[in-house]
Amino acid sequence: MTRTGIETEFRAGLRTWVRRGALALVLAGLAWQNSQAQDLKSFEQKITTKVLPNGLTIVICERPEAPVFSYSTFIDAGDVNDPSGQSGLAHMFEHLAFKGTSQIGTTDYAAEKVALAKVEAANNAYEAEYLKSVGRDPEKLAALKKAFLDAQAEAHKYVVPNQFTDVAERNGANGLNAETALDETIYFWSMPENRLELWAWLESGRLSDTVPREFYKERDVVLEERRMRTDSNPVGRLVEQFLATAYVAHNYGRSGVGWPSEVSQISATEAMDFHKKYYVGANVVVSVVGDVKASEAMPMLEKYFSKVPTGPKPEEMTTVEPRQFAEKSVVIREATQPFYIEGYHRPSYRDPDDAVYDAISDILSNGRVSRLYRSLVRDQQIAAEAQGFSPFPGDKYPGLFAFYGVPLPGHTPAEIREGIHKEIEKLKSTDVTDEELAMFKTRTRADLLRSLADNQGLANNLAQYQTRYGDWRELFQQLDRVDKVTKADIRRVANKVFVATNRTSAEIDTEAPAAPTTPDAKTDNGGAR
Amino acid sequence: MKSLQNHPIFALALAGAMGIAVVAPLTLAAQQSKPWEQVPIPKLHEFKPQQPKRIVLKNGIVIFLQEDHELPFVSGSVLIPGGARDEDPAKTGLVDLYGQTWRTSGTAKIGGDALDDLLEAKAAHIEASGGADSTSISWDSLKGDSDQVFALAMDLLLHPKFSEEKLQLAQQQVATSIVRRNDDAGEIASRESAKLVYGANSPYARQPELATIGSVTLADLQAWHTRTLGGKLIVGVSGDFDPVAMEAKLRAAFEPLPPVKAAPARHDTFVEAKAGVSFVDKEDVNQSNVEIVGLGTDRHNPDAATLSVMNDILGGGFASRLFQKVRTELGLAYAVGGGYGFTWDHPGLFRVMVRTKSESTVDATKAALTEIEGLTSTPFTETELKRAKDNILNSFLFRYDTKDKVLAERERLEFYGYPADYLETYRAALEKVTVADLTAAAKKYIHTDQLAVLVVGNGPEIKPGLDDLKLGAVKNVDITIPQPAVQPGPAAGERKQ
Repeated sequence: MTRTGIETEFRAGLRTWVRRGALALVLAGLAWQNSQAQDLKSFEQKITTKVLPNGLTIVICERPEAPVFSYSTFIDAGDVNDPSGQSGLAHMFEHLAFKGTSQIGTTDYAAEKVALAKVEAANNAYEAEYLKSVGRDPEKLAALKKAFLDAQAEAHKYVVPNQFTDVAERNGANGLNAETALDETIYFWSMPENRLELWAWLESGRLSDTVPREFYKERDVVLEERRMRTDSNPVGRLVEQFLATAYVAHNYGRSGVGWPSEVSQISATEAMDFHKKYYVGANVVVSVVGDVKASEAMPMLEKYFSKVPTGPKPEEMTTVEPRQFAEKSVVIREATQPFYIEGYHRPSYRDPDDAVYDAISDILSNGRVSRLYRSLVRDQQIAAEAQGFSPFPGDKYPGLFAFYGVPLPGHTPAEIREGIHKEIEKLKSTDVTDEELAMFKTRTRADLLRSLADNQGLANNLAQYQTRYGDWRELFQQLDRVDKVTKADIRRVANKVFVATNRTSAEIDTEAPAAPTTPDAKTDNGGAR
Repeated sequence: MKSLQNHPIFALALAGAMGIAVVAPLTLAAQQSKPWEQVPIPKLHEFKPQQPKRIVLKNGIVIFLQEDHELPFVSGSVLIPGGARDEDPAKTGLVDLYGQTWRTSGTAKIGGDALDDLLEAKAAHIEASGGADSTSISWDSLKGDSDQVFALAMDLLLHPKFSEEKLQLAQQQVATSIVRRNDDAGEIASRESAKLVYGANSPYARQPELATIGSVTLADLQAWHTRTLGGKLIVGVSGDFDPVAMEAKLRAAFEPLPPVKAAPARHDTFVEAKAGVSFVDKEDVNQSNVEIVGLGTDRHNPDAATLSVMNDILGGGFASRLFQKVRTELGLAYAVGGGYGFTWDHPGLFRVMVRTKSESTVDATKAALTEIEGLTSTPFTETELKRAKDNILNSFLFRYDTKDKVLAERERLEFYGYPADYLETYRAALEKVTVADLTAAAKKYIHTDQLAVLVVGNGPEIKPGLDDLKLGAVKNVDITIPQPAVQPGPAAGERKQ
């Protein structure tokens, strides 16, 4: 039995791939109008915020519909912050944050701590030999590797595997997960309301007292994650190349999950250094939504989350992507089905035109009334799906406005490209209609309203807006900017951004399998080990 | 603001699987203090989920009304028995095409495109869909538009006008998914493994082909519609409405329909899977998708609660035997999990999956098989049982923590003919499961000689090879997509503008 909407499984799948969470983007641009049931005023009454002395912000939203709550811990750091040579570090740390603390996940932390220090020393010795480009001694390397593995085995004796998540799950944690994006890292789950204090114990513990437990095993797990998402997936491979080509300086061009040679060399020490720098109070917002009374919960949460170290807000990144002045393209020729994607550099979410970009994606892409659907799917019948969306791959720094299309059998990426460009030209030369603009504003408002009935979604949004704007109210106040978008704005922005010299495109052109590839090209990109 | 670059700690594909949890009893015993156990857990706030009002019309149609005044929206759906498993095998894909074409075609009064314009301007939706055992129509709008949107939805339900042009569009969509179905290794693995259990021609595993979708006509869609609309419809409406007025409106819309006809009983046969290894070679991957599959059961099975606890112990969450062994201890996979599946009205699949780098395919498969076999040889402990029950029972609340979930559950129970208090009796059964029950269930249901192994991976990279599994000769599966003599849809020159 299904109750799904218009999308075929195929379309939904691709959407997940290309726009994972782009849903949140649509919301991000959202606006507000006076509404009977839910408005900013009513939320003012339900929401309590507090900035603790260590700089950490807590947002509580009372929504006692059922005896449950959801939380979102939003760290203002992601893989964009990975130091050079350590791509994938933020993500590696996120995995570590599930391994427990000095109090959970261990039989004897004092002894384990000593053993972990030995693991680190053994790793350093092994890695130093491994990385020698001249004079590497295979025998010594093998001995060092054995010492490294032995040290891990010794440390493992003190581990109670997965105890942190086990305690959470046994206490009813639902939807327990975390995500590392380029811009941020978020941790989240839902629980019965009577476990609020237990959750606070667990969450504040892992934020403040992370132990580099089972790090090197977990690194293998993360490499498997890379194989699944990127290496073994045609669109995953394409998008990695697409971004690497679109950016020459900024870290948005770097693989978020990390380049295999780098992920495979990340050490526990490096992960802990990342934690020390970025997991400080001023860089963390924790939101809780559900059957929670702020007057009772806030003092308790304050007690626990004060454990998170105080520290300065990490310095802002200096790199600014230089202006692109030449069109770039990537063509992958392989036996998989054709696909087309292109992107144009656009400013960050703080740009005054942010809502204009949202209007453009809505008009071009939202539903069967959208221009790209009607033109490429319905009328020209060259695509199964075609959309434009932004920002991608992140919103904190200047990202891309991207378009993609899935050619129908017998049609090519070149036709998709041409079809998309025709629609872009129309946007540049002719005003959108009053109806289209009104539709954008109405749908934006309704979508925001709909999103308010979900504890987890609301928790994520509140934490995100609190972080990005310093005030959760911006979730509602964005209405003002959305309302002010005019037809002239859309033309102006389209003419500014959608120009050939600002474009990077990537496509898969289907070709029969080639003759056997060279051995080098086929080796697992796992690098070191 | 999430993007392709997000990396959840846990593969969501598995989260939805079947169960969760277990074990490290040895180390646990050694642990000295458990400070989290000192954290007080107060009594849970009193909670009685609001049940929808159930109305049975004289003609047999069932209506559920679920009031929810939190937000100014009204949404509804009509569930219609009969789905893809009931379609003519020569026209596999018909119901999918039907679901798409029904909505995009529109009605005699208003065409699908005009309907799109009208609805989207109001941020409203009406959608139709075709599923495995049912089709449905659903709607959703702001309260102020709800009368108009409901009337449009009823017009679509009762007076659709299927359009040739929209059928062609739908055929192109499905054709696209057919020609792309071998691009994703995970998709190949779940599709082909289901065939190993149910049989390639089974209504539960067969797949549409270019030829089968090409043979579907407008008359087929209309005939399907006429046939299924006479079934026992289940109508559900939720949101911000006046219940008296809404009931009157729904009665007026559905009472005039003729008495419902019972759906013909299905006579499917299911046999256990044959042990053995099958292989799909895919040269562009560096990771193997391993599926270990067999026949599961359905929820009528009195052992369902026990199986659910067993699944939790085997694989699903961080503490499960599979996760602990294959991911945490061996570091061989990011995605690993599974269990003994039970569905509502036919046997589901036993399914355990692992994704591992090519070189460790054999090791990871063996490790997973060992854990499955261990269900019958490694005794269940009270600790495991307690943990699994805690996992399931303490999160049980999330099955009914929103009014929409309660409504959906009631519709589901009505559709499959389960009692309205099913969740409560199921919960009670979960609470009673014992270690002895688990042992007996494992003995009864886990037979590794009735499990098939499927690997989708890069042949030359898989070293040692699959022969090392010692499960007999490896059978290569051909997944070439059959090309029909004539492609469906209009030829290039005839495209409509």
